[in-house]
Amino acid sequence: MEAGNIVIILRFSDEGGGFSLRNYIIKRVIFSIFILFFVTLTIYTLIRCLPASYVETMAMQLASKPGAKPYEEWVAQLNASYGLDQPILIGYFHWLSDFAHGNFGDSWRFTVPVIQKFREVIGVSFVMGAISLVLELVIAIPLGVVAATKQYSKADYAISASALVGISLPTFFFATILKLIFSVKMGWFDTHGMVGRNFAQLDAMGKFLDQANHLVLPIATLTIVSVGSLMRYTRTNMLEVLNADYIRTARAKGLSEGKVIYHHAFRNTLIPLVTIVGGSLPGLFSGALITETLFSIPGIGFTSYQAMTAGDIPFTMFYLSFIAVLTLAGNLISDILYAVVDPRVRLS
Amino acid sequence: MAKRKAEGYLSGKEARRISRENRKITNELEKKRKRKKVPESEYLTKMHDPNNAVEFDNLHTYFFTDAGTVKSVDGVSYEVPIGKTVGVVGESGCGKSVTSLSLMQLLQRPQGQIVEGEIRLNLGDKAVDVAKMPYEAVQHLRGNFVSMIFQEPMTSLNPVFRIGDQINEVIELHDGEGKSREDMKKRTIELLEMVGIANSEGVYQMFPHELSGGMRQRVCIAMALACNPRVIIADEPTTALDVTIQAQVLDLLRSLKDKINSSIMFITHDLGVIAEMADYVVVMYAGRIVEKGTAEDIFYHPAHPYTIGLMASKPVVGRQVDKLYSIPGKVPNPVNMPDYCYFKDRCEMCVEKCGGEYPCEVSISPTHKVSCYRYYEIKNQEGGDVS
Repeated sequence: MEAGNIVIILRFSDEGGGFSLRNYIIKRVIFSIFILFFVTLTIYTLIRCLPASYVETMAMQLASKPGAKPYEEWVAQLNASYGLDQPILIGYFHWLSDFAHGNFGDSWRFTVPVIQKFREVIGVSFVMGAISLVLELVIAIPLGVVAATKQYSKADYAISASALVGISLPTFFFATILKLIFSVKMGWFDTHGMVGRNFAQLDAMGKFLDQANHLVLPIATLTIVSVGSLMRYTRTNMLEVLNADYIRTARAKGLSEGKVIYHHAFRNTLIPLVTIVGGSLPGLFSGALITETLFSIPGIGFTSYQAMTAGDIPFTMFYLSFIAVLTLAGNLISDILYAVVDPRVRLS
Repeated sequence: MAKRKAEGYLSGKEARRISRENRKITNELEKKRKRKKVPESEYLTKMHDPNNAVEFDNLHTYFFTDAGTVKSVDGVSYEVPIGKTVGVVGESGCGKSVTSLSLMQLLQRPQGQIVEGEIRLNLGDKAVDVAKMPYEAVQHLRGNFVSMIFQEPMTSLNPVFRIGDQINEVIELHDGEGKSREDMKKRTIELLEMVGIANSEGVYQMFPHELSGGMRQRVCIAMALACNPRVIIADEPTTALDVTIQAQVLDLLRSLKDKINSSIMFITHDLGVIAEMADYVVVMYAGRIVEKGTAEDIFYHPAHPYTIGLMASKPVVGRQVDKLYSIPGKVPNPVNMPDYCYFKDRCEMCVEKCGGEYPCEVSISPTHKVSCYRYYEIKNQEGGDVS
């Protein structure tokens, strides 16, 4: 059935004046490039105006060495060599032309090419994001459906209340509570880091388990904090669908309650769910800045946090532009998925 | 109740007490309905007249709302003879639809419950009492023995499934044994043609949003006919359609009426439609039947003041009036109904006796029954029976 829908959409789209789906995507991508231009311009301006200056810190250190040049001279020299003596707009276009050529520069804080640092740290962020997304889906959707089908029952109240608790808990607070209980009191996990103290002595399996052990609390934090909103979203949509006339028609046909809920109703609830989840897929690469920082997990979030506090302009610019690209890609994916799962929607 | 400050005002305490009591009642009823593997003997019954397809007998369907118990259907009895069409008329909210939904057990759960009475359904070789049936058993009746055409064709079809699949589903569910997909498709196309869809092969592949309201209603009718049900409930099937399409759909229903051997329960506000379609007419008001009889009885000799008012408020072709007649006042609040004729406050023919308890049914001819004090004399003179 689902595959059939996709085929029909593409076919219908083809009939409507050439390859309209492809045209649509091209149009959206061009649009996204415009948005990206203004987003990066804003980010660059903001970063240049930030008080955390890498150059000043560096000059301070160099000037405090015995027999060194005075601080002012160091600042002037470093500004010139890092290209910070130019006005903001000129600096931005320098950055933009490098960026457009695929040259992301070297990270000041980590003294390696930005792209190399990115490759090192993206893996663990992706693993964390993917696992917590899967857990989120597995927990939120069934519970949301149950809450909706048994509206105002005890199960519904319990699920809704715990969802609300999950939504209301700030990440930093919840992560700290988890650490207090499971690391400090129980001693099951380390409070932070990716690897344990004797990581080097472990065999391959041991290394894997050690890393997995260190990821338990961060993933738990990510999942619990974000599962609530998806659960409520599922419940709301399911309730809306269950009150629709076509559900009554399905019951009037003599279908069993299970078939009514899991075939007729769920297929309709899936439309908003698929689009929201599809749209969040690029977000798997964006890392979790707060959680990674709290647990000192060397992922993209923690790394860019370090870069930002140090005033590392190349890395920060790269990370924030990357996030902007991911957001735009997410929007595009969710719009396309809408047309795929909902036969009423045509892209044009 | 003493603390009630104004009509319809409930204190928080009162509302909580009501909803607690409601939950107690509905939980118990739901539990009974949800039982699995109930022996058939529990709901088997006998038709009082084997020529009837459905017999509603003293049906009470209540809604346990937070504002109080709404007696949507309060002691309704009427019969639907095999192969005949019964029209049910009345204002909005008088219990027409709830009566039919009770027959399908499609009431809004858990608030809506059948609390008393019998709905005897003739299945041919046996008869069942739908009011006593658990959900599990009712499923096998829906779509198979009783089917329903709903009011809103625009929203009654599932937007994400194809028309063909939606009709196939019913056939597969009840008649699917030994049928291949091809057979089912053949039957579905045949049904689509029967309801006057010309491009039946094309429509089979379409999604509901690709069809107009009239076309969708035809599809709904095809779906209702799919398994040759014994009873078809048409719940205001033309209300949501524009006038020309209304006429087409009515023509279709009338022609189908002669082709198929089902009984039809036709629910509508529209007396003109009833006059064309129905063999028998039931007039309902505030959850009770005020008058019932053959179409001729009701249209040529309306007896109850409410029926007379309805007739008078119908526009007549060729007669010019400045203002259409309307019955004064409105339907009373369904919570806490008084124990006198519900129509008393709006009635222009009120007599002294009307202050008494709710009038019982009086037969003014073998087929024609009315609940009104004005006809008690006839009863007394002729010694007619009071049921």
